[in-house]
Amino acid sequence: MFEPEIIAFCCEYCGYSAADLAGAMRVEYPPNVVIVRVPCAGYLTHVHILRVFEEGYDGVFIASCLEGSCQYRTGNERAEKMVSTVKKSLDEVRIGGERLEIYKMASSMGKYFADIAINMTEKIKKLGPNPIKLIEERFEEEERRQLKEMGVGISTT
Amino acid sequence: MNKEMKSESNLEKLLSRGEFVVTAELGPPKGANINTIINKVKILKGFCDAVNITDNQTSIVRMSSIASAIKIIQLGMEPIIQMVTRDRNRIALQSDLIGAAALGVKNVLCLTGDHQSFGNHPSSKNVFDVDSIQLVKMFKDMRDEHKFQCGEEMKHPPEIFIGAAANPFADPFDFRPIRLAKKVNAGVDFIQTQLVYNIEKFKEYMKKVREMGLHKKVYILAGVGPIKSVGMAKYMQKNVAGMDVPDKIVERLKKSKDAKEEGINICVDIIQEIKEIEGVSGVHIMAIAWEEAVPIIVEKTGLLPRPKP
Amino acid sequence: MIVAERKPFDEIKEIIKDKKNITIIGCGTCVTINQTGGEKEVAILASELRIAKKLDGDSVNVKQLTIQRQCEREFVEEISQKIEQADVVLSMACGVGVQTMAGIYPDKLIFPTLNTISMAFPDKPGFFKEMCIGCGNCVLCEYGGICPITRCSKSMLNGPCGGSRDGKCEVDPDIECAWQLIVDKLKKQGRLDILTKIKPAKDWSSSHHGGPRTLIIEEAEI
Repeated sequence: MFEPEIIAFCCEYCGYSAADLAGAMRVEYPPNVVIVRVPCAGYLTHVHILRVFEEGYDGVFIASCLEGSCQYRTGNERAEKMVSTVKKSLDEVRIGGERLEIYKMASSMGKYFADIAINMTEKIKKLGPNPIKLIEERFEEEERRQLKEMGVGISTT
Repeated sequence: MNKEMKSESNLEKLLSRGEFVVTAELGPPKGANINTIINKVKILKGFCDAVNITDNQTSIVRMSSIASAIKIIQLGMEPIIQMVTRDRNRIALQSDLIGAAALGVKNVLCLTGDHQSFGNHPSSKNVFDVDSIQLVKMFKDMRDEHKFQCGEEMKHPPEIFIGAAANPFADPFDFRPIRLAKKVNAGVDFIQTQLVYNIEKFKEYMKKVREMGLHKKVYILAGVGPIKSVGMAKYMQKNVAGMDVPDKIVERLKKSKDAKEEGINICVDIIQEIKEIEGVSGVHIMAIAWEEAVPIIVEKTGLLPRPKP
Repeated sequence: MIVAERKPFDEIKEIIKDKKNITIIGCGTCVTINQTGGEKEVAILASELRIAKKLDGDSVNVKQLTIQRQCEREFVEEISQKIEQADVVLSMACGVGVQTMAGIYPDKLIFPTLNTISMAFPDKPGFFKEMCIGCGNCVLCEYGGICPITRCSKSMLNGPCGGSRDGKCEVDPDIECAWQLIVDKLKKQGRLDILTKIKPAKDWSSSHHGGPRTLIIEEAEI
C-alpha cells in the first residue's frame, strides 16, 4: 500500500501557526505530511522545490499567509508566482506539476490546515509515487537480482 | 518627347489636361497563369485610364508586378507597376525600374510594403533598405538627374511617372499632411490614397493639404472601393490598420436587401462627393477580388466613356 | 544589456543525450540580470536535468559553476581545471559567451542553453524591449531619442507607414509604433520641423550588412 511522503513548507506567521493550532485542537491529519517551517513562503525558490522532488518525495504543498496579510508584504505573492513557474518545470521533467500546490490561510485556520493535509495525501495517493522512486526501486531490484545471480547475498546463520 | 512631360504616359497626359482620371487595381495570380491577367484585362479595359498591378501584396507571393505589366501592355492597357521596399534593396529596385521602363512601363507606385509577417512566408528576411520616400527620391534622381543612387551617371534614364500612396486616416492623423509634403518634396508626381469611406475626415485632410498648397504640386487620386458584405465592412473597421469605415456605412449595408449592390451604390455615392472636393484629380478604384464591379461603378458614376489621352 | 531566453527543456535534454559528465556554466552579468543564465538558473537546470535523466533510467553527474562574465578571457581561462572532466559543457551565457568559451577550449564540447535575443531595456521586471540593433551609425539625436531602425518594424527613416493605429504597430498590437513615439516626442520638444526634411537612404555598410564587424579601439590596445 503506497504511503505518500509529503513535505509541507509552512510560513512561520500563518501556515505554521495554523498547523500548530490543528495539533492543539487535536484535529487529526495524516502522518504522511512532514512540516518544514520557513520564515516566509517567499523565501522558497524554484530550486528548493525541485531538490525535494529530486530526493524522491511524492508531493509538496506550501502554506502561506492570506492575501494582504504577509508579514513581509509580498512574500505570499512571490511564492504563488514561483509555484506557477515550478509547476511548468515539473511538467517538463515529467514529474507532474499537480504534485505541488500552495494554500493561503490565517493562523487561526487549524481545521483548514488539517483538511488540506488530508486532501493532499489523498490526491498524491491517487497519483502514485514520485516516478523517481519507481525508477530507484527498479534499479535496486535489478541490482539485487544481479547480485543473486552472482551468488552474493546475505547469509543467514 | 514633350519637354514638360516626364513619361508621356496616358495617365500623365490626362492629368496634365485636367481630366478627372480613373485608375483601377489588378491582383496578379498565385501561379504562372497568364490567363488570369488576360481575363482581368478583358473586364477592365475601357473602364479605367491605367491599372495598378500589386507587388506581392500583403506579403503573399504572386506573379511579379513587372511581368504582369508587360503582358498588360501587350493587351493594350496601361499599367502602373507597384514596387515595395520590403523585398528588394536599392540595387534590385533600380535594376527592376530600368528594366520595366525599357519594356514600356511608364508609371510606378512607390510603397514601403506590408510587413512579411502578414503573408504566407512569415519566416522570410525582409529588406527595407530604403523606405517609400527614399524610393521616390531615388527614382526621381534617376529620371531627372540621370544618376544612380550612388551618384554615378546613367546614360539612358527611365522615363516614368512617379506615384506614391497616402493614408489620410492612419495615425498620427495630424502628421499625415506633413508626410505628404515630404513625398512631394521627394519628387512624387501623383498620389493614390487609402480607401476613403469617411468623407468628412477626408475633407478635413484635403483642407490641410490645400492650406499647404500641396494640391498644386501633386495630382491626388482618392482611393475608393465597393464593400461586399456587412462582415467585410466590420472586418475592415476592426482589423485593418489605417482604415476608417464609419458605422453609417455598416448600417446602410445591414439595411439593404442586396449587400453587394448596396456596396456598389455606396462607392458611387462616395465618388460623387469626392468629385466635388477641390484638389482631387481622380479616383483609384480598389475592388479586391471583384474586378467585375469596376465597370459597373464607372458607368453608374457617369464617368464613361473614358477620355482618349 | 544583452538579453536571452532559455531554450525549451527538451531541446537541452537532447543536446546532452548520451553524455554522463556535464558541467553547467552560468554567467554573472547580463543573463543574471535577465534571470535566465545566472547562478540560480544554473541550479534549476542542473536539478531538472538530474530528475529527467533519472526518470529515463540514466544517471548524470552534473557540476555547477558561475563565472563573472563568459565573454572575457580572464574569467574563462581560470576555469580550465574545473571543466577538465566534463564530457560536455553547457553554457548559460549569450552567444558571445558561448563562442568565447568554445574558442578558448577548442577541444571541449561547449553547447548553448540560451537563445540570445537582443540588446534590450528592462522596462519592468521580466519585460525586455529591444532598443538597439547596432547599426554602427547612431542617429538618435534626430529622432527624439527613439531609434526608428530598431523600433520601427520596417526600419523607416521617413515614417510612419500607413499601418500605425492608436500608437501601435500593425505587425503586433504589443509593439508600440516607434513613429508615433517619435512624432509625439519631437512635438513635445518643439522640434517637429526636423521631420519635414527627407532623410536620405542609409549607409548600411557600418551595420552587420557590411559583414561581421571587428571594432578596434587603438587607445585600449596594449
